[in-house]
Amino acid sequence: MDVLVNPTESSLLRFTTAGSVDDGKSTLIGRLLYDSKSIFEDQLLAVEESSKRRGDAHVNLALLTDGLRAEREQGITIDVAYRYFATPRRKFIIADTPGHIQYTRNMVTGASTADLAIILVDARLGVIEQTMRHTYLASLLRINQVVLAVNKMDLVDFDEDTYHKIVADYMEFAGGLEYTPNIRPIPMSALNGDNVVERSSRTDWYEGPSLLEHLESVQVQAETAQDKARFPVQWVIRPISDADDAKLGNLHDYRGFAGRMASGTFRVGDAVSVLPSGMKTRITGIHTFAGEQSEAIPQLSYSITVADEIDTSRGGMIVKADEPVHTEQEFDAMICWFADKKTLRPRGRFYLRHTTNEVRAVVTDVLYKVNISTLEKSQESQEFALNDIGCIRLRASAPIFFDAYSENRTTGSFILVDEQTNNTVAAGMILKPVANVFDEGSEISI
Amino acid sequence: MSSITHLQFLESEAIFVLRETAAQFQNPALLFSGGKDSIVMAWLARKAFYPARMPFKLLHVDTGHNFPEAMTYRDWFVDEIGAQLVVGSVQKSIDEGRVQEEKGPYASRNKLQTVTLLDSIEEHKFDACLGGGRRDEEKARAKERFFSHRDEFGQWDPKNQRPELWNIFNGRKHFGEHFRVFPLSNWTEMDVWQYIRQESIPLPSLYFAHRRRVFERHGQLLDAETGFIPILEEEKDMVEERLIRFRTVGDATCTGAVESSAGTLDEIVAEVAAARQTERGTRADDKRSETAMEDRKKEGYF
Repeated sequence: MDVLVNPTESSLLRFTTAGSVDDGKSTLIGRLLYDSKSIFEDQLLAVEESSKRRGDAHVNLALLTDGLRAEREQGITIDVAYRYFATPRRKFIIADTPGHIQYTRNMVTGASTADLAIILVDARLGVIEQTMRHTYLASLLRINQVVLAVNKMDLVDFDEDTYHKIVADYMEFAGGLEYTPNIRPIPMSALNGDNVVERSSRTDWYEGPSLLEHLESVQVQAETAQDKARFPVQWVIRPISDADDAKLGNLHDYRGFAGRMASGTFRVGDAVSVLPSGMKTRITGIHTFAGEQSEAIPQLSYSITVADEIDTSRGGMIVKADEPVHTEQEFDAMICWFADKKTLRPRGRFYLRHTTNEVRAVVTDVLYKVNISTLEKSQESQEFALNDIGCIRLRASAPIFFDAYSENRTTGSFILVDEQTNNTVAAGMILKPVANVFDEGSEISI
Repeated sequence: MSSITHLQFLESEAIFVLRETAAQFQNPALLFSGGKDSIVMAWLARKAFYPARMPFKLLHVDTGHNFPEAMTYRDWFVDEIGAQLVVGSVQKSIDEGRVQEEKGPYASRNKLQTVTLLDSIEEHKFDACLGGGRRDEEKARAKERFFSHRDEFGQWDPKNQRPELWNIFNGRKHFGEHFRVFPLSNWTEMDVWQYIRQESIPLPSLYFAHRRRVFERHGQLLDAETGFIPILEEEKDMVEERLIRFRTVGDATCTGAVESSAGTLDEIVAEVAAARQTERGTRADDKRSETAMEDRKKEGYF
């Protein structure tokens, strides 16, 4: 395999891997890295030596990613590990999440930046509770591409019926979710390499692509140009020194809003409204170091200038004038709780970080919790412990500018930060604003 | 509409992180070694705040064991991008008795840098240090965050890191604590080289093939010209001039060279693509133990 990425054509795919212990996840990742020549000789040698010292029967590829001393000593994976490989067609970032300890927290973290999830199933065991849990989390995080890797096919003699039964079970379960991603099932043996890089002759009944072929060609629904235009302001660029003026021309009046286009596009001349004030103006310039651009496209960073002097700064947002964003203080959200020493309860107070904004927020209600094994909603408990998932109502100290997470992963996501420890204690996905009672036609007579 | 290239994504992500750093901290510094990763990071910082100047200083932790070419380059580059440089000196830390110089043929000031770095952070009251570390470099770095918390002793607690979700970076801290920020976390060595080529970023001449007197120690080619590495009696006969280049440029005592005839960026990219060894394979500082990097990082290393 040629390993040189063509820098002018190759795009990026970020994916996460999920599987129970012993599903062969490390073997699969090891094979992708090895076959794409992303493991170097000295790394492989070091892993072989460590494996020998530890008395492992095989070369333990998990040692490639489990770099922390505690992990190597205890033979466990503590944290999300990021691995990189490339083919001439694409560059890949893998968020490898451990199968046992703090599973939910790690998978939610890995999934938050992923476009695709590989969910491994042992062909001998079929769809088990863990499989459903992983799929639920992928769906909750709105990953829209899932690969169902039916692994260890060699141990069921590459039996077509076994494979189809597992796929049917899985489709039935996934079809019942609130959000069903696109699913590509692939029969596989990671250990022997069947259908990983090359299509296998031992599954001649299977007509789909190998895993790598699929990863190289799949279209992911990243932030698309068709979405509503959203530009959270990170920083205001104001060159003020006279020396800069002399060097760069007259910049005394330059006031650029720096940020990354979260979704949609802007063109010079577009009518926009600038939050928090919501005042309308026009875009006069889309600037980068490389020069003026006619268009701002999703995921790229710019400095934007507008026609009128409008007061906004970090935490503000520029949106198209005809594509309004929710500007509300109270909303409902799904959260995953991450703290192991503290719990979340009604009236809990936090810093809420959303896009580039930070406000304070209070939990006004716990609406329900989700049992992620049965997917049942329950109102029995009002308290979230580590790895709990559920729906809460939050009220912020000032309006935030958001879309539903199902419509926009950037403007619909937030984190909660503990006021004492400053730790990140929850990941949140906004469902909808809480309807203001005064908006529901209940006129107040004076 | 075609999607953006991976280099466009990585550039934009790094610019986003650099702007977050400027916005979330009061006095950040960019750690500048003169190596290619910190050069790329400083290059991106210029882009991120253009047409204004970057709102932070460059900090060079100077071991005193520098390749002269790296120093010439440093001063030229800092001026070129319009940045301000402060230098933390390991020699000064030694003179003041803050650290003790290692003895013997394997002596390196690499480890001593940590004290000088932490002293510089305290002296200048930096509350965040931007580093050019990448997750593909080393296994302890694979679990590093973009925004990495350090306690008031500068220590890293890898088992207790803040989860990082979406693009929301949590830089909240208590007084006396600081952060290390790694805008190039998602870059690989190949990405760095391809970006340097795409942008035509000038580099120190050390990265390109040149003739140099070197000797071999434990399978590594070490410099015999600067005089910073004590050469053992039995090694003296092995010193010879070879056509080499450096894959990383750091302290002269622990930066190994590779035999190479790659004299242009195109040739280097081709060589990196064909390489069967990680670039840190040429670094003596990582070879001290299996978790050498983690151990140094916990104490406050880069």
